[in-house]
Amino acid sequence: MAEFLQFLFSGLTVGAVYALVALGFTLVYNACDVVNFAQGEFVMLGGMTTVFLALAGVPLPLAALLAVVAAVAVGLMLYRLAIEPARGASAVTLIMITIGASVFLRGLAQTLFDKRFHSLPPWFGSEPIRVGGAAILPQSLVVLAGAAIIVVLLWQFIDRTLVGKAITATAANRLAARLVGINTRRIVALSFAVSAAIGAVAGILVTPITLTSYDAGTLLALKAFAAAMLGGMGSALGAVIGGVALGMLEAFSAGYLSSNYKDAIAFLVILAVLFAMPQGLLGRGKVDRV
Amino acid sequence: MPAILTHRLAVLVALAAIAVLLPLAFPSAYYYRVAALVFVFALAALGLNLLMGFAGQVSLGHAGFLGIGAYAVAIGPTHLGLPSWASLIGGAALSGLVAFLVGRPILRLKGHYLAVATLGFGILVAIVLTNESGWTGGPDGMPVPSLRIFGWRASGSVPWYWISAATFLVGAALAINLIDSPTGRAIRAIHDSETAAGVLGVDVARKKLAIFVISAVYASIAGSYLALFNGLVTPDTAGFLRSIELAAMVVLGGMGSILGALVGAAILVVLPQVLTVLHDYETLVLGLILMGFMIFLRAGIVPSLAGVLGGART
Repeated sequence: MAEFLQFLFSGLTVGAVYALVALGFTLVYNACDVVNFAQGEFVMLGGMTTVFLALAGVPLPLAALLAVVAAVAVGLMLYRLAIEPARGASAVTLIMITIGASVFLRGLAQTLFDKRFHSLPPWFGSEPIRVGGAAILPQSLVVLAGAAIIVVLLWQFIDRTLVGKAITATAANRLAARLVGINTRRIVALSFAVSAAIGAVAGILVTPITLTSYDAGTLLALKAFAAAMLGGMGSALGAVIGGVALGMLEAFSAGYLSSNYKDAIAFLVILAVLFAMPQGLLGRGKVDRV
Repeated sequence: MPAILTHRLAVLVALAAIAVLLPLAFPSAYYYRVAALVFVFALAALGLNLLMGFAGQVSLGHAGFLGIGAYAVAIGPTHLGLPSWASLIGGAALSGLVAFLVGRPILRLKGHYLAVATLGFGILVAIVLTNESGWTGGPDGMPVPSLRIFGWRASGSVPWYWISAATFLVGAALAINLIDSPTGRAIRAIHDSETAAGVLGVDVARKKLAIFVISAVYASIAGSYLALFNGLVTPDTAGFLRSIELAAMVVLGGMGSILGALVGAAILVVLPQVLTVLHDYETLVLGLILMGFMIFLRAGIVPSLAGVLGGART
């Protein structure tokens, strides 16, 4: 039982991060049909920028805030300089552009920062909390709480505000959204900014547990994408559920089966989902016009 | 493209001329080495271009087949006592078989989904190669014995330049033949509209699967060459970035262009060699270039050039 709880908590923690990154994916995908493989780099940038600002003597909360601002700036630039000029390009070309961006950002982090692993001090110490024989790091609770707050805030924002409704409208039908006076370009830019911010926050929250380095983003992006796909592309709730589910699957299979193949789970999930139910758990079925 | 270059024989003659004349300009063995790598990757890109450019099906996991081919010539002689050439053929057959099995469900998918499914497949291959260290040597990889044909040992840059250039030419000839065959026409019809092709009686699923298998075999042979030439193989051969690199070669050179595969491979192989001068900025510049080409030269280099020169399409 203690073992089970331990896996459950570590799965939830990792799953929360996947969920946040998957949520960012979904925002951008809904706004402009771009699968943004650079999504994981925002997580890396959030963690790394905070670490290096803190090393430079900036107080931690301010460093974290600045890191989020930096990630948002990068997200906006990514949209303006790379996605916007390539409007109308094929899906593959757009994927390659975002992968190029991901490689570029990794190179940038490598030159700007360094190639070593870095950590941040946990917010509430590193004394584990004992629950039923399992040890939980206080930081895990911070990650879970942070993720929950972000999800609720985002949901409220999209559901309650005018801008949020414009995002929903743009996702539903871009042309119709433009016709009723929504500036869809601004909505897409906003989606990039918000998803960058979410990624950066996830990176800052989780760095005390998982450490971060210049190349931490790629695998994370791929796994979060698997999560988004599991939940159903385009569904925000699906992204969250898919993220948590993937985190759990990974934790339990690493615990009970083989930790060597932990990273393989995400990709097996992608293949299994695509074969069995391409629309994912909560995605809408798609009908093609011929 | 100018009429002279649209003729299929002319393309082959031009490629052969390039392969033969290029070494005249090589000041050292190092150039042979880089050029050999260009032809090896061009072979893989050519196969992938058949899939992406002609059949219109994306694969972001082709390094998986590159990896199978590479590890075949490493594991065959080391663990199974097979000669290298037999391992190479075995690897190609295995790649074809894997492509056949995986391709059936994967190729039903479209767009992003197809891209991600193939990507997932490629990464799975890399993970297996990394983890089965008893067979593959794990993350550090394993040495690859040299290729021997009738007692002659193929090693060093010069022999491998000629082997890879010749194989690329054969591959290009086969590809051109395929494109002009009834199967090729059916495949190009699938590219334009799967529904229309289906209505006209093309067995869409089967043709797509066939081209996927062929492209896997191309990649596998290229992978075997790469391993034999380097004398070492690591799981990076099958890695995510390799897959992206292969797809980038196709898109960069030009989708559906035989010459494009060579041009794309040349750029992505030579560029990192040049960029080593920049040391720390290598990754950064590579990312910039990838983005730049994709944004501003979307059609690919060869078709764009052809458009400028002749105004006609190949």
